[in-house]
Amino acid sequence: MNAFYSLIFVFALVLIALFGVGAAHLSYFFGVILPLAAVIVFIVGIVLKVLGWGKSAVPFRIPTTGGQQQSLDWIKQNKWDNPSTASQTFIRMVFEVLFFRSLFRNTSVSLRNEDGVPVVAYSSAKWLWLFALMFHYSFLIIVLRHLRLFMDPVPFFVPVLDFMDGILQIGAPRLYMSDLLIVVGLSFLLLRRLVVPIFRYISNAADYFPLLLILGIALSGIYMRYFGKVDVIAIKELTMGLVTLSPKVPAGIDASFYVHIALVSTLLIYFPFSKLMHMGGVFLSPTRNMPNNTRIVHHENPWNPDVKPHSYEAYEDDFREHMIEAGLPVEKQA
Amino acid sequence: MQYGGKIVIGLVIFVGLLLLPTVYDLGAGSAGYKQPKLQMPAPPNDKNCVEDTEWMRKNHMQLLNDWRDWVVRDGKTVYVNSHGEEFEISLQNTCMKCHNDKEQFCDKCHETAEVTPYCWDCHLAPKGAK
Amino acid sequence: MADFKTKPDELYKSIDHTPPKAGWMDVPAQFRPGNWCYPAKPEVLDYIGFPNGRKWSPADEDWKLPENWKDIIHQGFRERLEKFRSLKIFMDVCVRCGACADKCHYFIGSGDPKNMPVLRAELLRSVYRKDFTTAGKILGKLNGARVLEEDVLKEWFLYFYQCTECRRCSLFCPYGIDTAEITMMARELLNLVGCNINWIQEPVANCQRTGNHLGIQPHAFKDIVDFMVDDIEEVTGKRIHVPMNEKGHEILFITPSGDVFADPGIYTFMGYLMLFDAIGLDYTMSTYASEGGNFGLFTDNVVAKKLNAKMYAEAKRLGVKWILGGECGHMWRVINQYMDTFNGPPDFLQMPKSPITGTVFKNAASTKMVHITEFTADLIKHRKLKLDPSRNDHFTVTFHDSCNPARGMGLLEEPRYVIKNVCNNFYEMPAQTIREQTFCCAGGAGLGTDEFMDMRMRGGLPRGNALRYVRDKYGVNRMACICAIDRATLVPLADYWANGVDISGIHELVGNALILDGEKEREVDLRQEPLPGKEG
Repeated sequence: MNAFYSLIFVFALVLIALFGVGAAHLSYFFGVILPLAAVIVFIVGIVLKVLGWGKSAVPFRIPTTGGQQQSLDWIKQNKWDNPSTASQTFIRMVFEVLFFRSLFRNTSVSLRNEDGVPVVAYSSAKWLWLFALMFHYSFLIIVLRHLRLFMDPVPFFVPVLDFMDGILQIGAPRLYMSDLLIVVGLSFLLLRRLVVPIFRYISNAADYFPLLLILGIALSGIYMRYFGKVDVIAIKELTMGLVTLSPKVPAGIDASFYVHIALVSTLLIYFPFSKLMHMGGVFLSPTRNMPNNTRIVHHENPWNPDVKPHSYEAYEDDFREHMIEAGLPVEKQA
Repeated sequence: MQYGGKIVIGLVIFVGLLLLPTVYDLGAGSAGYKQPKLQMPAPPNDKNCVEDTEWMRKNHMQLLNDWRDWVVRDGKTVYVNSHGEEFEISLQNTCMKCHNDKEQFCDKCHETAEVTPYCWDCHLAPKGAK
Repeated sequence: MADFKTKPDELYKSIDHTPPKAGWMDVPAQFRPGNWCYPAKPEVLDYIGFPNGRKWSPADEDWKLPENWKDIIHQGFRERLEKFRSLKIFMDVCVRCGACADKCHYFIGSGDPKNMPVLRAELLRSVYRKDFTTAGKILGKLNGARVLEEDVLKEWFLYFYQCTECRRCSLFCPYGIDTAEITMMARELLNLVGCNINWIQEPVANCQRTGNHLGIQPHAFKDIVDFMVDDIEEVTGKRIHVPMNEKGHEILFITPSGDVFADPGIYTFMGYLMLFDAIGLDYTMSTYASEGGNFGLFTDNVVAKKLNAKMYAEAKRLGVKWILGGECGHMWRVINQYMDTFNGPPDFLQMPKSPITGTVFKNAASTKMVHITEFTADLIKHRKLKLDPSRNDHFTVTFHDSCNPARGMGLLEEPRYVIKNVCNNFYEMPAQTIREQTFCCAGGAGLGTDEFMDMRMRGGLPRGNALRYVRDKYGVNRMACICAIDRATLVPLADYWANGVDISGIHELVGNALILDGEKEREVDLRQEPLPGKEG
């Protein structure tokens, strides 16, 4: 049901854009106002969200340790999974952010019965890691490739990406591998939620919606490039107008472009208010971004409460006679 | 704010990257960017391209790709367009007869859209070839 | 295990990981015998100053909550969102990828979907969304938000007291979301309305007054230690002296009171005493700071700080140079990640340095507290101990990494090094069940109580099954651990899932192997069972 609602909503967005541009002639709204507003919401929303996180205190240094600690000199420390310095922690974070280190550990459990003996078995389960990585990197490459539409002259790295991404030289315009892989990645992420019972059970509409939305963005982009064959040069005039804040809507832009940009705008607006903020959160996670060195370097809790233990004096007052009788030393004789 | 310095640096980098295209374009004088003007064939050749101009703007890459396959693989040498007119399938003899300046025609859009067709890996460009 | 009758085979067959048809928000919490712990007694809550102490039962319809309980929770939630960045981020960033789902021992053993860490956290998140986010206020259930009703609170109580804060899920989470942290926050919120369990609050009250969780008073503590000295004499023929509450020594030794109290912890305790005697350590114990563990961690950070403060207070009073800590799991989470922040840095102490080997424990430079296996491993490395590992030849040993030293510290090699030097037969359990991936004993975080036995045995399945595997494959008959809670909870777990395996601390094995100067020829081990070759 959650998936269905999300699908309906994405379809509605597509129809609104098609109708808005086709029948209501709102191309200025969909081509200029909506995307500019979306970018503002995106930037301001993310900045405020992250600052909101930052406002909260970090009372304790609580890394989850994933290997041997810094210990005696002859015991080898696992510096990247259990860092004790800032630079080691930096490397841990690089692995986490760029290579999804923790997800790479994933295993899958199964309960079996082998000749009457219960066996709890664990198998490696790197599919989620693989397809998640595939999706995220394809998305990144696609975003960077799009800079051709937002920068003029086109900067040096875009042709490099373009060449690598299209290196198979299939068809004209050339097939981008990232276009294929993002759809494969998204489809896997979507299907595992729909097919595996426990993942379907934990999935909210808020989990299906971004997947379907991004899938819609990818498919509309693929349509424009390989099937609809839109006028790229006219579109660049529009996108350059957006990015240099001198907006205009040239003639000859296909409705499919407005669908694409409406979906992208929705994603940007939705982003700061959703789980997509994991993009920022991964940098701030206190179980990953702090070294395991609280025994070495003091960590200060800004709101450290002023509490004192039940004092030794009170304790001795309570038990003095017994202590003397048992031959335990006391501060004050009875 | 604890670790506020790092958070602010991170946000500045993030926002900076997002604003980078704007700064770049304004710096490069690309504000008011307009579609490149192409050198179109002089009359009387301006009226009889193999297909309509609008269609060609969007689909020429597909057409050229098909032409290559038809000629090289299938030995087909004649193209019949949507108006029933016949053209020889040849980049050199048909297209470049009118569009005879690569730099002033092909490259204009290909550069701004960062497209690198591999036509000229084999074909000789009329003018403006590197 | 009085009321718990389910046989292991039956329990195993009953596990079904298929979620129910109804969505999780529509399945109310079900309290049945064995899946919840008894609530705290009102006099206990009154003593430690917690609100709303009353007689009640989770199984009752009416929980006798204070009238304005929703408001209390809301304000408490708001306050904690400001105090803990971890909470705020963990509420916002989960993508429900499900990588954590089958990492929880309670989910593996129960199949209850709300024991998947992701849903356990969603119990709190759903309320967070409704109360503190715009999207949740507008979209409601579509965005996974819901109103805090009494049924929701009941779920909180059930499932946040079905989490042992072992952090196994946190290891696998791509954003490091730590369910231990979420459970701690939820338990703090539940404390505000007087919903907490006696197995945690009574030890806290005891510890406050007597200095240890078990409520052992100073003279009784000394008596118990004297008994153990007697037992050591019986085994080794040597009478050793144990300094108590004495000033002017170099080191204060603190260990969980569980080691003083019950079999098999006491044998580990004897091992410590024999070790200190063998190396002539200048140390004292304390009856005031006679608890290494800290049940405060399982209930509230302020209480944890208060209980922990006794360690430094006593170290200062006695004038020691540094502190040595015994084998305990959550104790070391506190010492390694909280103590210095709670009550440090202790400027009156000195950089810990082994008086025997001269090794400086640089990894305790600020907190000034060293783990006994770090200390012993260093002694063995420098060949300062005379050891006869063949005295442990009647054991085939495996090692259970306790959750907190594994994932809140990284104490992995030190205990293994010690075991391998005092035992000849050592085998590891499967890789996915040890080291940082270790499984909980299912009785940590204050849940090691008998009325919770059904869930303990379910949650104990992953550990028990791994143990059974090495028992059948290598003949393992002894599982060593470095945690006092383990030494209490793993015994029934092993009886249930891997019958025939005994549990012991590492220093029990050290005590067996250790050759004391002037000892008699040993006939029996510390449990007074015949040594190999002496059975006749």
